Amino acid sequence: MAVVLVDAGGTNIGSVRYALQRLGVDAALTSDANAIRQADRVILPGVGAAGPGMARLRELGLVELIRSLTQPVLGVCLGMQLLFERSEEGATECLAVIPGAASRFAEAPGLRVPHMGWNRLRVERAHPLVAGLGTDAWAYFVHSYAVPANDSTLATADFGGAFSAVVARGNFHGMQFHPERSAGVGARLLKNFLEL
Amino acid sequence: MLSRRIIPCLDVRDGKVVKGVRFRDHVVMGEIVELALRYRDEGADELVFYDITASPEGRSVDRGWVERVARAIDIPFCVAGGIRSVEDAREVLHAGADKISVNSPALERPALIGELAAAFGVQCVVVGVDSLRDADGEWRVRQYTGDPTKTQALARRTLDWIDEAQRLGAGEIVLNCMGSDGVREGYDLEQLHAARALCRVPLVASGGAGAPEHFRDAFAVADVDGALAASVFHSGAIAIPSLKQYLRRAGIATRL
Repeated sequence: MAVVLVDAGGTNIGSVRYALQRLGVDAALTSDANAIRQADRVILPGVGAAGPGMARLRELGLVELIRSLTQPVLGVCLGMQLLFERSEEGATECLAVIPGAASRFAEAPGLRVPHMGWNRLRVERAHPLVAGLGTDAWAYFVHSYAVPANDSTLATADFGGAFSAVVARGNFHGMQFHPERSAGVGARLLKNFLEL
Repeated sequence: MLSRRIIPCLDVRDGKVVKGVRFRDHVVMGEIVELALRYRDEGADELVFYDITASPEGRSVDRGWVERVARAIDIPFCVAGGIRSVEDAREVLHAGADKISVNSPALERPALIGELAAAFGVQCVVVGVDSLRDADGEWRVRQYTGDPTKTQALARRTLDWIDEAQRLGAGEIVLNCMGSDGVREGYDLEQLHAARALCRVPLVASGGAGAPEHFRDAFAVADVDGALAASVFHSGAIAIPSLKQYLRRAGIATRL
């Protein structure tokens, strides 16, 4: 299976790549349009800010290409937020393959932003991507912006209210946490994605 | 609900994990990747690696072992030691670390914190603070604590520095209370509580863990987000699985 990681400048690409290697998949790191178009699975990782992330995809000429993909695509963390219409972060227009937008967590007593650490996943809708998750499944999050629960939400986590932790719409999928750093739960979810 | 984090700290010196008492007299505890995997298997929520001699020796962290750790484990980890520029940080993050922690270099040049936050986002930027109570009752910051012969006491008050660090872009503060470090009599709850009151970003307690109750108190009394410890885990005095069971029974949100 050809799996590609879209190189949009995020620093966690190495970690995602190692996680896939632990599952026996050697993913190529690329920003080449042909390699992305022909891959069986496309992963859009990303740590950083929405504005620079989209700017990088535009520079690489990948915006229309990603929108037109028909194979399973997975956005991780910022990569998931970029799949939505926009992000409040820098008032950024995103890829808009899933309706909705990312907004900043409101700080409140006991809610320290960034939302950093392990939070429990709650499956909202059955889907092959979240198959096998128990009721005590925890994932590792590091982010300050999030997408509210919506029609595409498969699993939520709670941080001053439920937000989208796993999403899917058509062939586009997203995980707000870092599956590559979420121990056995993360490995299971990545494996589910590879097996879609 | 966000869980509270249990964070084993691995002090690295010459490519091995070491531990001293009150930052002195280091003894070798084991191999880096081997210990990292052991803690991952036991349920550690995160790991911190301190290259304790990098900053006093004026060098950056060795990225070779960072990459080996990143390949082996599937929990987040933070690397500290001698990171004094955006380029140093980029090397470590590209090698696979999830966060970088700065301490002495940020005291030398506080603008470094803002530069790191602008380059990588605040979520990557941890500021480590080594703090000791002085004779006048004030907590003040210590610098170059990795080498006792080079450690300096600063005029800067610990709480002022925490406030400044988060304003500059720290995404997390690790407060190491040196007075309680290595002696296993509990975290410095008074100091942590004072830090918590002004810390809007995640706060991690460090220094003094000796019993499961100490972790419970750090979470329940001082309201810290994570608790870091070294010797009690390295020696096997506290096993992480039973610690986490204990915390959950005590009503602390814990990942099992």
